Amino acid sequence: MIEVRNLTKKYGRVTAVNGISFHVDAGDVVGFLGPNGAGKTTTLKILTCYHPATSGQATIAGYDVLTQSLDVRRNIGYMPESPGLYPEMKVHEFLKFRAALREIPRRGRRAAIARVAVLCRLSEPENMMHRNMGELSRGYRQRVAIADAMLHSPPVLILDEPTSGLDPAQIRSMRELILKLGGTHTIILSSHILAEVEQTCDRLIVIAGGRIAAAGTPDELRKSVIGPSRIVAEIKGNREKVLNAVKGIPDVRQVQIKSIGKWQRVTIHEKDGADHRSDISALAHDKGWALRELRDEAGSLEDFFVHVTYEQNIASTGDQ
Amino acid sequence: MRKTLILARREISGYFYSPMAYVIGALFLLASGAWFFHAIFRPGQPATLRPLFEAMAWIMVFATPLLTMHLVSEEFRTGTFETLVTAPVTDTQVIVGKFLGVLVFYMLLLACTGLYMWLIAIYGRPDPGVAVMGYCGMVLLGAAYLAVGLFASTLTTHQAVAAILSIAILSVFAILMQLLTLHAPGPWNQLAARLNAMTYFKDFARGMFDTRGVVFFSSTTALFLFLSVKMLESRRWK
Repeated sequence: MIEVRNLTKKYGRVTAVNGISFHVDAGDVVGFLGPNGAGKTTTLKILTCYHPATSGQATIAGYDVLTQSLDVRRNIGYMPESPGLYPEMKVHEFLKFRAALREIPRRGRRAAIARVAVLCRLSEPENMMHRNMGELSRGYRQRVAIADAMLHSPPVLILDEPTSGLDPAQIRSMRELILKLGGTHTIILSSHILAEVEQTCDRLIVIAGGRIAAAGTPDELRKSVIGPSRIVAEIKGNREKVLNAVKGIPDVRQVQIKSIGKWQRVTIHEKDGADHRSDISALAHDKGWALRELRDEAGSLEDFFVHVTYEQNIASTGDQ
Repeated sequence: MRKTLILARREISGYFYSPMAYVIGALFLLASGAWFFHAIFRPGQPATLRPLFEAMAWIMVFATPLLTMHLVSEEFRTGTFETLVTAPVTDTQVIVGKFLGVLVFYMLLLACTGLYMWLIAIYGRPDPGVAVMGYCGMVLLGAAYLAVGLFASTLTTHQAVAAILSIAILSVFAILMQLLTLHAPGPWNQLAARLNAMTYFKDFARGMFDTRGVVFFSSTTALFLFLSVKMLESRRWK
């Protein structure tokens, strides 16, 4: 549904997007993840035909974003990072205006507006449809923007930081909406908040320094964390004795210890392929120490994100 | 065409929500009314709106930029431009829609001055042909000035800058060319006369239908609308 090949965007000497390629299948919900300035928004603006690429190609629903711009725009619903809404217009007036621009037949406009108003909670529990958009809170403005994006039931939704500036309740509400839309729509959403993309997206594309640092499902990316996993154990014993005993286990790379009352919380960084849980258990038993927690802690997505984006930024700085 | 009219309708309704539009309209009507009562509606004066048309043509050099300064620049500043052009509309539809919207509002302002014609008709016998031609000239002149203002609005995100640029361009057509026509040596004074908006407008104010004026104002309107479209398209060249 979305195909991007060697997409590059330069602003003068600055390369914002550097030869990225990816594809998104119909019905997928893909998270476009990266730190600020990574090139996420620039890529989305190219896909929405707002800016042209310097080189490369992108197609949406089979239409080229450069040469078949109108067809692309008929097939997408776009929610910018900071939605621009006319403050003097009422919500229903704005949606009516947008429905007309989106070529929705006059007969179907009222039903389309009612549908998105319910979906985006603009008409209930509180009816905001007759309020001026200049009076709306940030959360409601986001909802109007996403309602606008969905008005014409496009096959593709492109959402730039959809939860930006929202409170936790609004974020949850937005997340539920995205989950509801997934499957029937192809969604690409950008974010720099890991928790959001982990919970809503089937696949992630991590971008940093204008390049794709990694792509895959959240589980795949977690498993590919560079470096060994960790073991966490809580042992009741003397801090120094516990530390020295654990350090004595072969193939242990690093040990961190934290005292919690009489208990020692030990984090063991292992060498590749090692799993010392049975060794820890046996050690605690031999020394007569109580053991109340023992688990394998795989690398987190956050570790992965920090690592790959840091590495990618170093590479990009070197290129420039 | 349908989307152009949709955009025009939105623009017109925006004017009725804008306090600035009411202020500009009030000032324009105040200025034209003051001139009408000072120069025309007095005992012994000829029953003609010609002095009013000529005065309004000068007022428009400053009034039309105030009407047009927000058209595109405000959309750039608030981010509504991105929302607008990521819908399936062309840059031409956006520009022509905005132009039609402001033109309709301008014509509504002009229509309000019809009251003066009615007042004159009560006390005298004005020549309706002069009035009709005068208003035709005002529409053509206004269209050209509005197109210039719209173009200036595409150049910047600041309304004030757009207004100043527009006044500067219109001053060239209205004031500078007038001065060059009178004081420049030949053939520059002849060239200036060809580009002097006021020269063409005066024919309409006198009740004359001169196709040269129609061509001048129409082509000026078309030129600046074309340039406005190109300015919007230029974001793709970056």
